[in-house]
Amino acid sequence: MVINAAGRSVPTEVNGEAQIPYLGVGKFKPTGRRYGPPLESCADFPEDGNKLVPSLKEALIQAGFKDGMTISTHHHFRNGDIVSNQIFDIAHEMGIKDLRWYPSASFPCHEPLIKYLEDGTINRIEGSMNGALGKFTSQGGMKGIGILRSHGGRYQAVQDGEVHIDIAVIAASSADSFGNANGVNGPAASGVLGFALADSQYADKVIVVTDNLVPFPCYPWQIQGNYVDFTVKVEKVGDASKIVSGTTAVTKSPDRLLIAELTAKFCEATGLIYDGFSYQAGAGGTSLSIGIYFDEILRKNQWKARFVRAGSNQYPVKMLEDGIIDYIIDGQTFDMEGVRSIRENSNHVPSSPFTSYNYHGKGNFASMVDVVILGATEVDVNFNANVVTHSDGYLLHGIGGWQNCLFGKTVILPIPLFRDRIPVIRDEVTTLCGPGELIDVIVTERGIAINPLRTDLIEKAKNSNLPIKTIEELQAEAEAICGKPQNPQFEDEVVAIVKWVDGTVLDSIRKIKQ
Amino acid sequence: MENLEQKCVLGNFGDKVRSDCRVEVEYTSQGGRQLDIKSKVAVMYGESILKLVQDILDHFLISDIKLKLEDAGALPWVIAARIEAAIKRVYDVKAEFLLPVLPQNKLESSKERSRFSRLYLPGNTPSMMINAGLHKPDGVILDLEDAVAPEKKYEARFIVRNALRNVDFYQTERMVRINQIPAGLHDLEFIVSHHVNLILIPKCESALQIREVNNKINALQQQTGFKYAIWLMPIVESALGVIKAYEIASASPNVVAMAIGLEDYTADIGTLRTEEGTESFYARSAVVNACRAAGIQPIDSVFSDVSDMEALARNVQQSKRLGFDGMGCIHPRQIEVIHQNYAPESKEILKAQRIIMAFDLAISQGHGVVSLGTKMIDAPVVKRAQNTLQTAIKLGVISENWKTTFEQN
Repeated sequence: MVINAAGRSVPTEVNGEAQIPYLGVGKFKPTGRRYGPPLESCADFPEDGNKLVPSLKEALIQAGFKDGMTISTHHHFRNGDIVSNQIFDIAHEMGIKDLRWYPSASFPCHEPLIKYLEDGTINRIEGSMNGALGKFTSQGGMKGIGILRSHGGRYQAVQDGEVHIDIAVIAASSADSFGNANGVNGPAASGVLGFALADSQYADKVIVVTDNLVPFPCYPWQIQGNYVDFTVKVEKVGDASKIVSGTTAVTKSPDRLLIAELTAKFCEATGLIYDGFSYQAGAGGTSLSIGIYFDEILRKNQWKARFVRAGSNQYPVKMLEDGIIDYIIDGQTFDMEGVRSIRENSNHVPSSPFTSYNYHGKGNFASMVDVVILGATEVDVNFNANVVTHSDGYLLHGIGGWQNCLFGKTVILPIPLFRDRIPVIRDEVTTLCGPGELIDVIVTERGIAINPLRTDLIEKAKNSNLPIKTIEELQAEAEAICGKPQNPQFEDEVVAIVKWVDGTVLDSIRKIKQ
Repeated sequence: MENLEQKCVLGNFGDKVRSDCRVEVEYTSQGGRQLDIKSKVAVMYGESILKLVQDILDHFLISDIKLKLEDAGALPWVIAARIEAAIKRVYDVKAEFLLPVLPQNKLESSKERSRFSRLYLPGNTPSMMINAGLHKPDGVILDLEDAVAPEKKYEARFIVRNALRNVDFYQTERMVRINQIPAGLHDLEFIVSHHVNLILIPKCESALQIREVNNKINALQQQTGFKYAIWLMPIVESALGVIKAYEIASASPNVVAMAIGLEDYTADIGTLRTEEGTESFYARSAVVNACRAAGIQPIDSVFSDVSDMEALARNVQQSKRLGFDGMGCIHPRQIEVIHQNYAPESKEILKAQRIIMAFDLAISQGHGVVSLGTKMIDAPVVKRAQNTLQTAIKLGVISENWKTTFEQN
């Protein structure tokens, strides 16, 4: 273990692989060349383009499914994912062990995989460990050490050769037998397939699974068949009704609406919103409400936003269709209106973690966004933030695009000052996911704290009638109401690590002391 | 003492319940303190919760008890209220267990303060109280009456008492709606010594009821030796109440406002409440008139469709035209709409500004008489102009320093 540049104790070796400790924002410079998958010849593939095999199991066998492999899947069906669980049912049935599961995110629907983590079918998850999987990890149940990466960090790890994917399984709502695939057509349409891009480009073997097989060409081809080894037709590829998760409905909570309103007022008062500005609209009730306030401010001033980075849903889609925003640049689609829009509207642009988030590229869209609204489970008095563990020490969430979005010009975290007695501002975050130097403003229902580094915002907010306070004042206010919390107790054992966007190790998550 | 029970279960608990707890107390005369404490925030607050429970038991000198606490992030004042209420059903104890009162909750409210909005908060739902003041209503009403189920009324009194002491409502006026007289007289024992600013008396039909409340307040204040101003706002909710409006409004100097409750009133006269409100026009006007005659604030009924802000705005505009000074609300999002629509209009503000400028001029020139143009301005008009401007400043319609930029024209 070493102490990294953020003052966190992190391992130098994880799952037998050497790790570089976090060096600071923008400090680690990669060298060498991108990873290259094996060369192939089209002579080895059917001339008629038909790569269909009878079943997912058959495709996995033909792809050389065996012990110790890395299997990747994607989360565009969110809680309606079906295929991931099927892969490991097959592995279990075949007696295959020690797999590394490399999902772009996990959801409550993946809880059945705990039994395979217990029996050694799956050695570890690298991606996200949400809900029950997170709790299981925190209790030390996983055999290997989990690795949490951002969406951009996932692309970076594959591209840099840090993670070698043996078999990528891409579930698509529409595909042809050649492997061209998209997520916008078919009964299980789920929107963008951007998370699967890296896997299609870099995995040894690529399997496309669909329930809506169309004659060539399947267009738009978000995934290109030239990367694909096998195609499989199944009865049902995913449950599109579950891509709308609970966090994509506008909040009705008066307290959260108050936070959303304060956030919008802050952006207006400090000139962050202007004609031609851009913002990131996250999922989550508060973020969605902020989008609605932004909409009002834009309309009132007869301004337009040039683009919105999304997670799209009905609200930005309405703004796009009303001409309030010029473009939606979309990484994932949160509801059916989003799916419809991306299918019909050429200004609703699908994007991938390569274009928007990958840190080891020649720029990315994340740093061009004016205002970024994000959530957090905790922040500390140095503006560091946590999104993966709760104050009780349990791992419960993935990083998603959160770390990547921190590179936006102004990053705002609208969060309640306490949740059911649990204060959100700590002396030190339980797990460090985002360095404080990248986090500019914390908006709570009891006041707004501006990072002292942002003297420009402090100056501009001075003459507003907004409740500007120091982060220490906010912390004291919460603790006066809730009491000073004790810290969770951990064992020494590291159960997971948090990677920074450049592949270095930002923090460790330890086993909960029972 | 009421009849004691062997075992008592109180509080709220379940998947959807937050910031609250469930308490089970069972009598035993042996075996010491048998505590079973489960908390969703045990990692952060396990030790302090245990200490609180022990402190409460020490306070009541209880050495043998079976106590089970299931906590979903309740704040200490909530846990304390629930445990005290449960203990008093099972053990013969008299004293109160009180956490230190917040200094800001000792402030009294002024008789003339603005009462545009008052937010109803169910008395047994602490989670709704914690952030209520942040939405800046003029007043919060901790409701012991219709918003509390009959079987929860007992424990709600403890919650309301502790909320009056320990929840920061951020400069809003702290009101309690007691139960209908005579049952409501018992509620007074839980609020009178705990800094309540104003008491709402529901279904009021006579001056006698006001006197009964005042007699009980006086008796309690004499008993504790702790005297401060407690204002009353009777609510007229029946045909008889409307007939007696002036008698009630003028019953005592501490009656500062009178409200009308239209749900009960319309039922009493045998009709249904409509948005246009023609059926209650007489009653509303009668209440306004009685209040004005008695020199107190007339307050309108709540508007119950919390999703329709446009209908609420129309309702408030109508209410203002009828002469009301405020209305109740049942959802925080209604507050801003209510304030905006009761707010003085620009014509009113301009007139008030002219009056104040003329008044200032008269003072600076040593004149005893204020005049604006050819009109003489008397003291109540100046006072009303001051009130209008204070309200406009509070709502951010004009700046506090408006005089520096005000141009006579």
